[in-house]
Amino acid sequence: MTDLPTPIVSIEAVTKTFGATVALKDVDFQCFPGEVHAILGENGAGKSTLMKTISGVIRPTSGVLRAGGTPVTFKGPGDALRAGFVCMYQELSLVPDLSVQENLLLGAPGSRLGRLDRSPLATARDLLDRIDGQDIRLGAKVSDLTLAECQQVEIVKALIRKPKLLILDEATSALNASVVEKVFDLIRAQRDEGVAVLFISHRFHEIEALADRISVFRNGQRVETFPNGAHDYAAIIDMMVGQRIDELFPAKRSLPQDAKTVLDVADFAWQPEVKPTSFTVKAGQIVGLGGLDGQGQSRLLQGLFGLLRGTEGTLRINGAPIPTTGPKAAKQANIGLAYIPEDRKADGLIQDQSIMENLDLAAMGRADLAAGDVALYAGSLDRLELKHGGLDLPVSSLSGGNQQKVVLAKWLALAPKVLLLADPTRGIDVKTKTQIYTLLRELADAGTAILLLSTDYEELIHLCDETHIFYDGAVTRSLSGDDLSAQNIIAASLNIPSDGGVAHA
Amino acid sequence: MRDFFSAYRRELIASGVLVVLLSVYLGTHPRGASTYVLTIWANQCVILGLVAIAQFFAVIVRGIDLSVGAVMALTNTLASHLLDGSAVAIGLGIVAVLVAGVLCGLLNGALVVFGRIQPIVVTLATASIFVGIALILRPTPGGAVNYDLADAITLDLFGVPTALVIVAVLVFAFWLPFRRTGLGLGLYAVGSSAQGAFQSGMPVTTIRLAAFSLAGLFGAIAGLFYTFVTTTGDAGIAPNFTLNSIAAVVLGGVLLRGGTGSLIGALIGAFILKTIAALMFFSGIPSLAQPLFEGMILAVAIAIGGADILRARNRLEAFGR
Repeated sequence: MTDLPTPIVSIEAVTKTFGATVALKDVDFQCFPGEVHAILGENGAGKSTLMKTISGVIRPTSGVLRAGGTPVTFKGPGDALRAGFVCMYQELSLVPDLSVQENLLLGAPGSRLGRLDRSPLATARDLLDRIDGQDIRLGAKVSDLTLAECQQVEIVKALIRKPKLLILDEATSALNASVVEKVFDLIRAQRDEGVAVLFISHRFHEIEALADRISVFRNGQRVETFPNGAHDYAAIIDMMVGQRIDELFPAKRSLPQDAKTVLDVADFAWQPEVKPTSFTVKAGQIVGLGGLDGQGQSRLLQGLFGLLRGTEGTLRINGAPIPTTGPKAAKQANIGLAYIPEDRKADGLIQDQSIMENLDLAAMGRADLAAGDVALYAGSLDRLELKHGGLDLPVSSLSGGNQQKVVLAKWLALAPKVLLLADPTRGIDVKTKTQIYTLLRELADAGTAILLLSTDYEELIHLCDETHIFYDGAVTRSLSGDDLSAQNIIAASLNIPSDGGVAHA
Repeated sequence: MRDFFSAYRRELIASGVLVVLLSVYLGTHPRGASTYVLTIWANQCVILGLVAIAQFFAVIVRGIDLSVGAVMALTNTLASHLLDGSAVAIGLGIVAVLVAGVLCGLLNGALVVFGRIQPIVVTLATASIFVGIALILRPTPGGAVNYDLADAITLDLFGVPTALVIVAVLVFAFWLPFRRTGLGLGLYAVGSSAQGAFQSGMPVTTIRLAAFSLAGLFGAIAGLFYTFVTTTGDAGIAPNFTLNSIAAVVLGGVLLRGGTGSLIGALIGAFILKTIAALMFFSGIPSLAQPLFEGMILAVAIAIGGADILRARNRLEAFGR
């Protein structure tokens, strides 16, 4: 490739910010006809933002997007489609109430709002059959399909639009290996016809099998682009991880030999999303739950708190079996569970109510606590140094970090025996993060069992005493001590072998 | 076939209910299944059916239109001024009435789409405006309509009520072809998953505007038909028809959360409601007790429709997620 052809898509100095968060920072990137270009990176490295920029879902804050050399501004995915950029999204773009064939025709080129051109359906049937989709009827309603079937339909929907650039964002995550191989055959055929393919996957072996070139992203920047095979797994993982920091975190203590088990989870399951899972949390321990998004770890926390119906297995606190009948039971003194939800804005707080009213909510309904008494919360609020202009101001007047402090204080007032936290520091400034880390360590030292779900592997390494990594609904590896390293966490998250840790086959 | 039954399950159940109700009605009516009885029944059903169709177009895109009755009142009072005189004048009058309805719908749609206000708030406000205009046009019920035309539309064709012929034309010449267009598909896509429709490259804004405009258009057609049936203009009909239109679409299997249901279902729902009303008229139940029974039937229908939540495995889904 001495004389490079015109790239199908190229972006120059593209930056995208969401408020204070920089999702893409000064990124240059090109994809050429006839290549499969894989994008690698951690959660939050900017991969999805890049894809959404190219497919017209979001507009870059600054920088230039070119289609076939010409600068373009996409007002929406419709414009990108007309430029030949077809994206198969991670969050599926299928409409649940419509049938498979209606979804295939939706927004198809040639039939906008007028009479539908049904000619692509024959091609679609043929393509579905070629990727093991014989059982998918074109008349079936999409909401009746399994996730894997949806992905097969989504792939066909992208292909019948005759793309110049095909973007696959975790397009095959729910498909089994033999179907994936057939999908790859289709993609290779497209590539050989000159289609450019952008490919995001967390499965290394898929990238190895399919990609011509690989770009690694980290913290919103492109780290390096290289031909497939130029670096081994370890080198690529190092590129994804980058620099590390540890002074953020309080020192870990060694656990006394006789530390008693507070939380005992045995064969807890919520099929099919959470497969039977067992682990314990001892007094003084912070146990981490890691893995890629949606591998079952957040469902597990919801299940433990009683938000899910039909969970299996047993849950014991200080030896006593605990029913999972809902938050109202879970927060009573005899159980002592507290759950800090993932989305603090929507689930953790009532934005229009005052700080004080929000603080009251958890303690209300506990006969042994006076919910309206400020003294109940004063301790935690002081420890966390909540900055506020008066407790009667609406909670929405606080910054994200201070809102999270309110959520924590409201639950800590109940003096929980077990604290379940779902990614409590997501999108929070560094100072607040260190305050929360210090608080969690102090609570652990005082005997609270802490179960921390995190998407930030630094927390899993430096704050947690033991970390369980989830993949496809089950714990694939439990890491502690020196095995608790970024390389091992990422390898376990991607379910590829690496040394160290207790592997669960 | 399996797909047909699962896709039209709600419509099939509703039409079964309608057939039973209608048989009971015709069986107990003193004059039986005569053209006269059927014509009066059909006229009443089709008035509500047309408003229900208007409501359907708003509901299918996950909206609601509290102004359908008001659009009907406005177009009815307008029609009571314009539907007399020469054939040309009447023709132009009909066009003017329909255009007025579309404009009302377009105003609703624009406020929803560009003003980013919830449909329920927008249409509550515009409903008052439309009724206000209707009151100016016709402070007290009255007006004159060309009787020949009114008879032609509200009597029968070779023994078949004209209203039913109109409905058949509507379904076969408008709805079934329309359902096979990108816009027809887009309405469902936007109501079911606006995000999915957007990511598929559908013009979501245009589709929402079109949905509310269609609601306005059918509100006007309902107003026009009401004018032919009653031969008067009356600004006071709005609230009753708005509420009944919502009841009708729900009975006809159109989900208020959008994306599911059909124009045919809305029609069947309206026919069911009116047939119940007609039945009660002859069954000796005092007319003052009719709303009570209608309400109970509606409550049961909605409860059955909402029973799905009992099967949810995630307790959080009970709170609208």
